[in-house]
Amino acid sequence: MTETTMAQALNRALRDALAADPDVLVYGEDVGPLGGVFRVTDGLAAEFGAERCFDSPLAEAGIVGTAVGMAMHGGRPVVEMQFDSFAYPAFEQLVSHVAKMRNRTQGAVELPMVVRIPYGGGIGGVEHHSDSSEAYYAHTPGLRVVTPGNPADGYSMLREAIDCPDPVVFLEPKRRYWDRADLELPVRTESMDRAVVRSSGTDVTLIAYGPMVATALETAEAAREEGIDVEVVDLRSLSPFDDATVAESVRRTGRAVVVHEAPMFGGYGAEVAARVTEQCFHYLEAPVLRVGGLDIPYPPPKLEEYYLPSVDRILDAMDRLQWEADWFPEAPPRPRADAVPLPCNDSAGASAGGSDRSRSEVSAWAPSRP
Amino acid sequence: MADTAKPKGGGTAKSAGGRRRNRKNDTPNLADEQPKDLLDYYRQMLLVRRFEERTGQAYTQARIGGYCHLNLGEEATVVGLMSALNERDYLFTNYREHGYAIAKGISPRGVMAELYGRTTGVSKGWGGSMHMFDTEARLLGGYGIVGGQLPLATGAALAVSYRGGDEIVMCQMGDGTTNIGAWHESLNIASLWNLPVVYVVVNNFTGMGTTVEMSSAEPDLYKRGSAFRIEGQRVDGRDVLAVRDAATDLVERARSEQRPFLLEAFSHRMKGHSVVDPAKYRTQEQADEARAQENDPIALFEERLEKAGVLTEEAKKEITDSVREEVADAADFAENSPHPDVSTLFDYTYATPVANESRRMPADPVFAE
Ligand SMILES: Cc1ncc(C[n+]2csc(CCOP(=O)(O)OP(=O)(O)O)c2C)c(N)n1
Repeated sequence: MTETTMAQALNRALRDALAADPDVLVYGEDVGPLGGVFRVTDGLAAEFGAERCFDSPLAEAGIVGTAVGMAMHGGRPVVEMQFDSFAYPAFEQLVSHVAKMRNRTQGAVELPMVVRIPYGGGIGGVEHHSDSSEAYYAHTPGLRVVTPGNPADGYSMLREAIDCPDPVVFLEPKRRYWDRADLELPVRTESMDRAVVRSSGTDVTLIAYGPMVATALETAEAAREEGIDVEVVDLRSLSPFDDATVAESVRRTGRAVVVHEAPMFGGYGAEVAARVTEQCFHYLEAPVLRVGGLDIPYPPPKLEEYYLPSVDRILDAMDRLQWEADWFPEAPPRPRADAVPLPCNDSAGASAGGSDRSRSEVSAWAPSRP
Repeated sequence: MADTAKPKGGGTAKSAGGRRRNRKNDTPNLADEQPKDLLDYYRQMLLVRRFEERTGQAYTQARIGGYCHLNLGEEATVVGLMSALNERDYLFTNYREHGYAIAKGISPRGVMAELYGRTTGVSKGWGGSMHMFDTEARLLGGYGIVGGQLPLATGAALAVSYRGGDEIVMCQMGDGTTNIGAWHESLNIASLWNLPVVYVVVNNFTGMGTTVEMSSAEPDLYKRGSAFRIEGQRVDGRDVLAVRDAATDLVERARSEQRPFLLEAFSHRMKGHSVVDPAKYRTQEQADEARAQENDPIALFEERLEKAGVLTEEAKKEITDSVREEVADAADFAENSPHPDVSTLFDYTYATPVANESRRMPADPVFAE
């Protein structure tokens, strides 16, 4: 076991993917000799040569657009956007081409490409360098949007994203780049489609992803001291959404809070809250609450702490989950957890019309193609 | 310098009437200059230098947050360009704009306070290093998104043209910026609609760690306007007088001829891309070159002025002292100014009150009584 940061785990995933499959290539702004601003591509150009890891001009639309063309012709490009906001010039490519190609060609064309985007705040990065842009992508059918919350997932999910026949928007929580874990690489964690229960509890389900998973776990610790038993679900995949894992948890606990850094209005948490309400209505003791960033453009560093969800703000939200109702003698009994069938979100079962390289077949990290 | 890329066939370039001087030599003759002007340029360049050194220091000491890009090494370009504008002309820049803000007439106090994120800053502490803004000084913004300023500057020129005003717009950017889509769209529109805008590419040879040759199919950047029939010139950005003359020339032509121009100024970025960039991608040789005496615009100018007897020992001391004081005063001012209050978080998201007050999340501790 060695201490590994998320940045190192991602770097290793890229390196192993480059070594495993000659079709994989890595490009973007300053990813070559500089190794990327977060050093995620450090050493790759030296090891694999400028043919397979190279700098592109400052042209995000060009970067993502050329990746589409490459992917249409057998390449497996992994491109980097330097920061969340710098991906917006490429938004048109992502929404109009990346997301729609498979459907538009009725399966004739696959786009096995990954767009890596460091996202989120918490590093004093100011406007343009701190956006949580996940909802824009998750709102777009055809894109897979995933985000790891720890180094092991960083490695495993990036490998899986590169192997995936669909285009993946791979959101890297930049404030967690330097988080460490004891790890032996390579590591394979749960399928990237799956939500994972990170800490089990019985009173309330805290639903988080990416940068907020660690904050949610911290909150769970703090809440335990206050006598509240918190279950933390790490979504990992924002689209598609693992309804089954989330609903199963909320039906057990009867209460749910969604946490993300992005502004709440029209944010990803609204989708989660709606789904949980639809699937768990009769099990809920209180409305599903959201804790998010404020509905303002990202503030300057000194005000960041007020903008970002913190342990305190999440605990405050939990306080508002109508706990008093539990002590009302006439409170209706909670329905049994198995009264309504759970939603099924099994990706293996939903592979009709899917790729012959369906990910259920991808057992090892070796590319699943001939 | 004064390489010119004339658009083939398209140029209506008449000789510019009312130009300040005819440039016969690459290096303007000091004898033609007012000593007062020369000393003023010197002072401004020194002010930018000391200001940026102080900024780098404050950033390293975590007095300044966010990201921070300095004009160190680009002082002659900054001062030369700004001296070509008159007070009513507009300026748009990228995020490497502290020096431009000062040379455009904003007080070092306002700029430093903005860097410190204080309410007394030009953007009330909300813009920070990359987003200085001052309508009075007509600095219509530094922009952190590469290329973000280009369509905006072009649009400001459209407004001027629509109003029949006699202002021009200067739009500064780095070399790397000439590769993003906004560049091509903006130059095309400006030329097509005859807009009075001067695009200035400060070519410091690299965009972050990527060189011009690695990223631009036409590395002679001043020629890149040709596709749009925009005349381009190239100037030695280490020479404040040469920059001033080239810029004045194009600015006045843009004004009188009502069309866009392109100026490329070679300049050296003495340090990394931003304060925290160790610039690992540079070889020692390249780093030495960027810092070399012969590429230091201030050392170069100082030597010339001294040789010509314009900069005396006393004058130099007087200027050095007053610049030191001004920078120290700016830093003190910033240090002692208040941070924005949390209660102001929502003040400027919308112009009118918004219906859904729930956006304020009153139950959150931020708003607790
Ligand atoms: C759209 C966009 N993409 C990427 C970045 C990240 N970035 C900031 S500055 C920079 C290099 C710009 O180089 P150049 O235009 O030459 O200006 P210089 O920094 O040299 O002044 C990059 C890639 C950004 N700010 N915006």
